Amino acid sequence: MKIIVSVKRVIDYNVKVRVKSDNSDVDLSNVKMALNPFCEIAVEEAIRLKEAGIASEIVVVSIGPNAVQEQLRTAMALGADRAIHIETESQPEPLNVAKLLAKVMEAEEPGLVILGKQSIDSDNNQVGQMLAALTRRPQGTFASKVTVEGDKALVTREVDGGLRTLSLTLPAIVTTDLRLNEPRYAKLPDIMKAKRKPLELKTPADFGVELKQHILQLKVEAPAQRQAGIKLDSVDALIDKLKNEAKVI
Amino acid sequence: MSILLIAEHDNSTLNPATLSAVTAASQLGGEITMLVVGNACQSVADEAVKVMGISKVLLADSDVYEKGLAENLSALIVELAADYSHIIAAASSTIKDTMPRVAALLDVGQLTEIVAVESVDTFKRPIYAGNAIATVQSRDAVKVITVRTSAFEKAKAEGGNANTEVVDVVFDMGVSRFVSEELVKSGRPELTAASTVISGGRGLGSAENFSLLEKVADKLVAAVGASRAAVDAGFVSNDLQVGQTGKIVAPELYIAVGISGAIQHLAGMKESKVIVAINKDGEAPIFQVADYGLVGDLFEILPELEAKL
Repeated sequence: MKIIVSVKRVIDYNVKVRVKSDNSDVDLSNVKMALNPFCEIAVEEAIRLKEAGIASEIVVVSIGPNAVQEQLRTAMALGADRAIHIETESQPEPLNVAKLLAKVMEAEEPGLVILGKQSIDSDNNQVGQMLAALTRRPQGTFASKVTVEGDKALVTREVDGGLRTLSLTLPAIVTTDLRLNEPRYAKLPDIMKAKRKPLELKTPADFGVELKQHILQLKVEAPAQRQAGIKLDSVDALIDKLKNEAKVI
Repeated sequence: MSILLIAEHDNSTLNPATLSAVTAASQLGGEITMLVVGNACQSVADEAVKVMGISKVLLADSDVYEKGLAENLSALIVELAADYSHIIAAASSTIKDTMPRVAALLDVGQLTEIVAVESVDTFKRPIYAGNAIATVQSRDAVKVITVRTSAFEKAKAEGGNANTEVVDVVFDMGVSRFVSEELVKSGRPELTAASTVISGGRGLGSAENFSLLEKVADKLVAAVGASRAAVDAGFVSNDLQVGQTGKIVAPELYIAVGISGAIQHLAGMKESKVIVAINKDGEAPIFQVADYGLVGDLFEILPELEAKL
């Protein structure tokens, strides 16, 4: 079975986000970029399925400017076999990404597509579900456990109030939650080897997909800051404040 | 302007998160139709007709919809979509699963977890884990929207008088099947609905020590939450996690115990009305957002708090 993993290049999660002074966007100039953490978990899950003998090949896909090839190489250093880079000027919005991935699915015929549940920049949480809808396939979102049995995937999902397990008919789309696995680090020899793994360059036109803008970003602002309050010296003082000042107990 | 609002429920009662979505929808203007889709969920429709601001309730009742499988729910919503300019719902796990499918099938973008309504097509939503707020405008004819419930007051659950219409079209895509679920049983209020939340972090030190926190929670009729560090350390199950990657809460009172205050956690609770921090490290970032801070040993403070409340 072939697995497709889609990955996104985003700001490193340790970097403090700053809004540009003209409020057009956040400032990404000279900022460290990385593989989106949820995408890293998706790559790891695919590798584990390959190590377990369930997957035969892992194809990693990323959409965006030339720089995303860095994240494709990272995914191949971790264990993906080959990569497809679909080149666009900027990172397209989720529906466009889903349309491109649907075309990749059509061409590659994978048994499973694994994606991060959301990217830590736009926080949309949409692509996996949209891809499943466009391809009329089942989805297991926010997965904390994935097992493949015959032509079915059993996916345990993190839902409000607990966990829910679904049986999906393959091909299926899975999106990863944080506790699905703990991603490995790439080893130096593998990083060297990844440079020689095949990377195919495509454009949206190759797939006959026209990128459309559905949602305009008009403005980006820093959130309202909370003011630090006061430090108290005893439990009695705290109870007094909560009762008589804040009136919340 | 006509709005289709998807109700959040457990087949027996309406989840209060729905009432926050009603408030967001009301700010758009126009008639609001509430869709109750589930199995044996007449009691939910009976609650829905009483919600202030609802003009009509659509009831789609079938065993196919019992577990809210996204494949089937989205097909139903798309079938009904033609009559509406906006499709909106609280960002629950079911809705997060379903709504992007609806948007894709309608060939429109989705506006995820809005925190403010600026106009009928323009909204504010957090990006970068709440470290920036984007103002976004939809260019699509139909707006598909999920609502961050902590950002909107709840609409009144009583006083409305809507009619119910039965929707008897049933979609079963046949590609996914419910197998099992493990729901956490608790006598305490639900995390996202509670008016008081007390959360523990790595400072609690062990799963057993969470009982100190639970005793205070019981005195305050509070929900218990946790930081990601406490969840990752295995002290509590992950459905208690408050933060960007867990639950977003905005109670009247939030008490953070032994939580340092990572950005990840703050994104999930900084909209709380009153924040109390209890931590032995007076320099912990949590104190920068807390209205009241107590620097000290939580193992002494928690029992004292329990005794004196």
